[in-house]
Amino acid sequence: MEWYLPLIWAGIIGSAVVLYVILDGFDLGIGMLFPFARDDKERDQMMASIAPFWDGNETWLVMGGVGLLVAFPLAYAIVMPALYLPVIVMLLALVFRGVAFEFREIGANKALWNTAFAAGSTLAGFAQGVILGGLIQGIAVKDGAYAGGTFDWATPFALLCGFGVSFGYALLGATWLVMKTTGPVADRARTQATWLLYAVLAFMAAVSLWTPLAFPRIRERWFTLPNFFFLWPVPLFTALTAFIGWRSLRRDSDTVPFVATIVLFLLGFLGLVISSFPYLVPPSLTVWQTAATPSSQSFMLAGTLVLLPLILAYTGYVYWLFRGKVGPGESYH
Amino acid sequence: MDFDPVLLARLQFAFTIAFHIIFPSFTIGLSAYIATLHVTAWLTGRDHFLRIARFWTKIFAVSFGMGVVSGVVLSYELGTNWSRFSRLAGNIVGPLAGYEVLSAFFLEASFLAILLFGGRRVPRWLHVLSAVIVAVGTATSAFWILSANSWMHTPAGHEMRDGVAYPIDWWAIVFNPSFPYRLAHMLNASYLTAGFVVLAVSARYLLKGAHLAEARTMMRMAIGLLVVLAPLQVFLGDQHGLNTLKHQPTKVAAMEAHWDGSKPGDFHIFAWPDAKAETNHFEISVPHGSSLVLTHEWNGLFPGLKDVPPGDRPPLVTVFLAFRIMLAIGFFMPAAVLLGAFLWWRGKLFETRWYLWPMAQTWWMGFVAVIAGWVVTESGRQPWIVQGILRTADATSPVIGPAIAVTFALFIVVYGIIFSAGIYFINRLIAKGLDSAAPDEPAVSLGGALAAAGKSTER
Repeated sequence: MEWYLPLIWAGIIGSAVVLYVILDGFDLGIGMLFPFARDDKERDQMMASIAPFWDGNETWLVMGGVGLLVAFPLAYAIVMPALYLPVIVMLLALVFRGVAFEFREIGANKALWNTAFAAGSTLAGFAQGVILGGLIQGIAVKDGAYAGGTFDWATPFALLCGFGVSFGYALLGATWLVMKTTGPVADRARTQATWLLYAVLAFMAAVSLWTPLAFPRIRERWFTLPNFFFLWPVPLFTALTAFIGWRSLRRDSDTVPFVATIVLFLLGFLGLVISSFPYLVPPSLTVWQTAATPSSQSFMLAGTLVLLPLILAYTGYVYWLFRGKVGPGESYH
Repeated sequence: MDFDPVLLARLQFAFTIAFHIIFPSFTIGLSAYIATLHVTAWLTGRDHFLRIARFWTKIFAVSFGMGVVSGVVLSYELGTNWSRFSRLAGNIVGPLAGYEVLSAFFLEASFLAILLFGGRRVPRWLHVLSAVIVAVGTATSAFWILSANSWMHTPAGHEMRDGVAYPIDWWAIVFNPSFPYRLAHMLNASYLTAGFVVLAVSARYLLKGAHLAEARTMMRMAIGLLVVLAPLQVFLGDQHGLNTLKHQPTKVAAMEAHWDGSKPGDFHIFAWPDAKAETNHFEISVPHGSSLVLTHEWNGLFPGLKDVPPGDRPPLVTVFLAFRIMLAIGFFMPAAVLLGAFLWWRGKLFETRWYLWPMAQTWWMGFVAVIAGWVVTESGRQPWIVQGILRTADATSPVIGPAIAVTFALFIVVYGIIFSAGIYFINRLIAKGLDSAAPDEPAVSLGGALAAAGKSTER
């Protein structure tokens, strides 16, 4: 009777993570592109395109972490110690780039907070990629607790994922600027986006080849019959989306590149789900084994079903309210 | 060097959460003040109040940003530092934290964006409403996190199976025995903290002769509020203490440095409790003082530290001294504002420099009292992380000491930098003072929250 609760929660947390990655992805990505802006006026314009949104975007990260504690406390208790260093580094990096939004406005030393914003954003994105890689490659568990060392996560594969996610965020940031700004900032972002798209595709291909070669459980999932018949469209759609994104960047379309990048992320996430589900702590613990007691999951679900639609509604309203492009030397008024 | 992972995990967590609590305890109160100003301006149609609101909104934006980034840390640190706690108490604490995210964090983020940047994009009523919603959101956040925290002090509504807590009665969990007292005490502390900052800033302007009209309004509003809330806090603190005596008598024994439960307790104005010798040094005491306060009887008895084995006693010096710091501020506050109210009644408030000058220096008092009170209640619960259920030493993560030591050092460096910068910037905003720009002057500034906040919160 209660077997489906963990599935619902896996769906909710998965959606929160996807929303986080896409939403905070573009504003972290803009931080990564900060060093390539010509002057502070351009950086102000880039900042203005994300200032009303970043706080809400980052709340999805809190939702992901707390959601894991709520619904899958055992997974939370294993994953956090296992990925201790990348998690703490990510948090510290987010601190730096978060305060930069306010500090660079009042600060006498704007260059310092520009650097904090760029470095913090880059490091946070990279650490998130490493965390992702650490999860895919699996976590050593014994007696319901993390049983590995401090640096188990530090593999070439995890570092590859770190770079992959960083480039992905930069692509989201660049296509966001194409969509939300005008003038030289938008023009430069369009050129950057094309190159970043090539890089992202290369990283997606590398990760897609590496995982089945290195992890037999993932190879089995993809390349046994009849799975293979159902799964081959995933890479096909990825290639198609990439092509649409690439063409729209050349054809002066403003919105399609960003949307195509989102679809690329969704397809990447789908690939991850296919590779690992129903394991929440690969390779040993499933969503059912790590679930909170049904009473806790349903108590929280009741509130979530009421509050989440409201959250989506007013979050959507804020995006709608601050619609339109930010021109050179403009702000929201 | 010996890296004790439990001690390091505790120090790191204490450092990061003490750093965090500074900002919410200020922004909960300040958001309520800003909302009051917006509503007042809307009802009276006077720009005067809007100018004050715009000024405090800039300071709010900086403080809130620092609260957000230091709060994100905590949502993951429970797992990185206290994974066994997360596992054993996750069924209970998890949903309470979850409700905080869903009912408060998203609300604050979205409506703060409207408050800061939406002044010219939304109707006036929605802008005012956004200020109110931000204030309600910050208080809602306090409701849930204090419920979770209170459950760690007075667990209820659960049962233990195989060392894991399972919920039975959610109502009993949320409204556990210490929660109403803790919530009232902490919310009031937030309003006092912000109130004293407003009071200090207005005194500073009056002394300088700057922004006189606004400074007078700020000081009247601050004293008018504090003259009620500061004495109320003494009462709430007393009630909270009596509740603690009922449920966590050892904590109260440590707060009073009371050793022998078979004798009435003196109130020690100062002492140096000696855990090894089980006695106090350098006592300066009011005979039977603690008995009178805690039992309302001259010879009233209450449990002493010797009633529990030494291994179950909290760190005495920390709890005892922190309690005295909180008490000193707690009694100074009502005295100071009652004096201010008296001067106001005599019509001399804004000219009395011997009053204004010390008041201009009091901005830090609420913060110190909040942190001291938090040290009392959290250290006073030791050696338990969940009273009577789970010991702190059994709650840690399987992370080695050196890893925690390194990240702790990083936290100190990073927080040290952003805290200094934050204080410096807030002080700069205060020194710069209120914008005298006409409300309809077009905004020229770009980018980040502050510039826009300064110009756009008016319509």
